[in-house]
Amino acid sequence: MKKYWHVINIGIQNSLTYRFNFLARALFGLVPLIAMLYVWQKIYAGKGAGTSVGSYSLAGMISYYLLITVVDALTAVNEDDWLIAADIKDGNISQLLLKPIDYLWYRLCLYLSGRLTYLAVAFIPLALFFACFRSYLEPPADGVALAAFLLSTALTALLQFFMSYAMAMLAFWVLEVSTFIFILYAFEYIASGHLFPLDILPRGLEQALYFTPFPYQLYFPVSVYIGKAAGMDLLRGLLVQASWVIAAYGAARFAWRRGIKHYSAVGG
Amino acid sequence: MKPTSPNPQPERSGVGTRPPPPASPSFSRLFRPALRYCGVYAALWKNSVAREMSFKANFLLWILVELLWFAMQLCFIGVLYLHTEHIGTWTQWQVVLLIGASHFVQQIFQAFFLINCTNLSELVRNGKLDFLLLLPVNTRFVVSLRQVDLGAFVNAASAIAVMIYAARQLQLAPSAGQIAGFLALCAAGVMIHYSLMFLLASISFWTVRAQGIVWGYYNLFNVARLPDEAFGGLFKALFTFALPMLLVSNVPVRLLADKLSSPGPVLLLLGMSAVCFAVSELGWRFSMRRYTSASS
Repeated sequence: MKKYWHVINIGIQNSLTYRFNFLARALFGLVPLIAMLYVWQKIYAGKGAGTSVGSYSLAGMISYYLLITVVDALTAVNEDDWLIAADIKDGNISQLLLKPIDYLWYRLCLYLSGRLTYLAVAFIPLALFFACFRSYLEPPADGVALAAFLLSTALTALLQFFMSYAMAMLAFWVLEVSTFIFILYAFEYIASGHLFPLDILPRGLEQALYFTPFPYQLYFPVSVYIGKAAGMDLLRGLLVQASWVIAAYGAARFAWRRGIKHYSAVGG
Repeated sequence: MKPTSPNPQPERSGVGTRPPPPASPSFSRLFRPALRYCGVYAALWKNSVAREMSFKANFLLWILVELLWFAMQLCFIGVLYLHTEHIGTWTQWQVVLLIGASHFVQQIFQAFFLINCTNLSELVRNGKLDFLLLLPVNTRFVVSLRQVDLGAFVNAASAIAVMIYAARQLQLAPSAGQIAGFLALCAAGVMIHYSLMFLLASISFWTVRAQGIVWGYYNLFNVARLPDEAFGGLFKALFTFALPMLLVSNVPVRLLADKLSSPGPVLLLLGMSAVCFAVSELGWRFSMRRYTSASS
């Protein structure tokens, strides 16, 4: 176990080298968010006072986006998939295969340390931003919702990571994986609730999305926080989310095993 | 990463080595450099085509990726307009026209400039800029236009298709003048994207890892495709006068869709594109002074 702490430690030091990159990412990332809030404000203003979109009042909509930002900052995979693919393509995994560590756990540690560093660097700009909108921030529905939110956010992080990892395994077979990563990312972007809350979609479409892993990558923990998923829905949601995590983990392990048989250590 | 030829030498085509014809010196002084640069640029194109065609599957996949993202943006607008009739005075099909126009501007920018801007930090990091500095052409010219992204032209065509469809839904019948004006304003928009991105890429002379900053610019494209009326206050001022994202595609669409009440925005867009270009030239010259070759 101890060796993985070292990995996390090294990972933090490595990502700190790129702290300005992280800061730029956090600051630029706020721009589309602010733009989105402006657009919603205009839409609500056009509809007249006291109206709602789906079940969201203007305040509810704003707090939805704020929560999405929090969960995203906690769980987003930003470069891990590229780095894993590059490790495979350039033959860097050869030397890692010789070490008594498991590549998947090794990468998970690096992902976690990347997230920790990102949070440390982005904390000040994010905190300032949230301070401006503090009136819209509401506490979670109740204690159970809070606990479930934390659990579900952790599951989200694992799901995000395992899916990216499994995707990056494609690098064993194709030279250029970025196109595949971008295609997956496009679906994640719209179907995970990043752009808009999924329950403002037509009912049938929303239901269909629940058969994909995407809502569990971002939307689900937020819906738990604001109390949209409670009681049996909450329990079922958590179970489905956990199943997706296990499935993604299985896919990641399977792809790795197949890939390593195929691997020819280019450049190693 | 797309592979780049380690030592691009497209300038060896012979243009520009002949002595000037003795007949009319004023004519040749005016046109010979322009012709020479055209020759150089044609050679760069030939290189790019050859490069793209050696990775055909990848080339097609990138087009697919862009199409998918474009479709996602249109879906998003579709979802917004399920819940409202208009954003400010912008109706659904006007916003579709706007998304099409901003995609068009972005893709044309991508076709000519994007890869070159993102490659600049790489050139600085591994010292390959040396080779480009030694070439007997303007360095900014060759740095900015070295590679052409052919797939982006296909995507620009898809943007045009969407714009035509939206214009039909709006029952617009733009005059030839309007279309020419629209294209000219789009060109000004492309210049703004290019100048700002190039300026940002020049930061790589200070911090070697400037890709994050260049990547960050991608977020600003998101602002360019939203209707300007949604914004106000500091945000609007910032994205009109400092980073004129709210002009880049909004103004051309306003011209096309008869949404202009005065020529002010048009002049502002043209003015801002000139200012941005001038600032980026200053920034480039200032940065070049800091270049101290990495490897040799």
